[in-house]
Amino acid sequence: MVESYGALDRDVHPPYLYGEYKSTALRSPKNALQPLTHTLSELTGPVYGSEALAPLDDDLTRNAVKDGEPLGERMIVAGRVLDENGNGLPNTLIEIWQANAAGRYIHFADQHDAPIDPNFLGAGRCVTDDDGRYRFTTLRPGAYPWPNHHNGWRPAHIHYSLFGPSFVTRLVTQMYFPGDPLLDIDPIFHSVPDAEARQRLVAEFSLETTEPEWAIGYQWDIVLRGASATPREA
Amino acid sequence: MAKQTASQTIGPYFSYGLTPEEYGRAGICGNVLAGADTKGEAIKIEGRVLDGEGNPVNDAMIEIWQANAGGRYNHPVDTSADIELDHTFSGFGRCATDPDGRFWFDTVKPGAVPGPGNTLQAPHISIILMARGMLLHTFTRLYFSDEESANASDTVLDSVEASRRPTLVAVRGDGPTYRFDIHLQGEDETVFFEA
Repeated sequence: MVESYGALDRDVHPPYLYGEYKSTALRSPKNALQPLTHTLSELTGPVYGSEALAPLDDDLTRNAVKDGEPLGERMIVAGRVLDENGNGLPNTLIEIWQANAAGRYIHFADQHDAPIDPNFLGAGRCVTDDDGRYRFTTLRPGAYPWPNHHNGWRPAHIHYSLFGPSFVTRLVTQMYFPGDPLLDIDPIFHSVPDAEARQRLVAEFSLETTEPEWAIGYQWDIVLRGASATPREA
Repeated sequence: MAKQTASQTIGPYFSYGLTPEEYGRAGICGNVLAGADTKGEAIKIEGRVLDGEGNPVNDAMIEIWQANAGGRYNHPVDTSADIELDHTFSGFGRCATDPDGRFWFDTVKPGAVPGPGNTLQAPHISIILMARGMLLHTFTRLYFSDEESANASDTVLDSVEASRRPTLVAVRGDGPTYRFDIHLQGEDETVFFEA
């Protein structure tokens, strides 16, 4: 049985307070985090398998169609969910959400002056297979402006939410696209301290994943905290 | 060793993906964990998420994870064969905060679960909090104000500076309702764990 999970890698994960991302100012804890030896409460977590899925949950180009096809560049994103020890994580739920091809979220609070696509919601789910593999079909999301600073624009991205085997392996992150010039000036992307860790948030174009006459393919792997060899002492 | 994938903020627009009922789409779970057939004491947990100036955080998501009323987690790692699983109870729930920063859950009071060595932990609920403006989620725990003796011998609570311990204890009010506010920052900053 797993006795502990490795710590969050602080070279990889952003700090709570990151000046360039202004909303962190009042939402970042000031006290040091309290050490916690893992107990059954941390080594367990919600279990969701394929029974949590609805048909077409993994195909965002079809799961919200009302009267036609959604508009935009069709794409596939596929990859593996692994732990730090390199093991594929089977049967783990992935939830994604994103803007439409014009850079508009269907969210009620999004006021960006770009068109809503009546045939696109922008949300999907899938569960990894026995090797930890996943695959979504979607549309490439557009970039969109945000009020963090003058002329701020978020690079195109897809939000990912993952559980992994326990409550402490939970991860919410964003996948970016190769060659996007907005990455260089995005505070959220740059909040990741380590340059290689930033680069690992960028998917790779994959001709192998690309489907002829149909959709551009990308590969993106996700690594969650892994079981550690020795229990962590607080 | 593979390197961990970095966390990024959940952002302001997660609800149609993660808590999507108001968008006409079923979510994987909601904030009602217990049904009429769930064993144990039905309780409500309610609170607010507040920032360092006491402003409501209206775009946070709270996730809770807990054992059933007998003290068993619905997860394969929990092999306590002497405590039954409750098949009506997953132990996991989610709630997005409303415009006033409020959240609530209908659940059952969890039983005590094993802690370090042969100890039992005081009944508690594990919490993950995410929001716009948080680049990484935080972990905290919710304990119960009417479990004074169990709380007094809990090793996790005991590890926390006494003056900050009350931030982890939900206060029982009228009926089976517990109040639990989460302060991201400020004088009453909630204790967050390096979990």
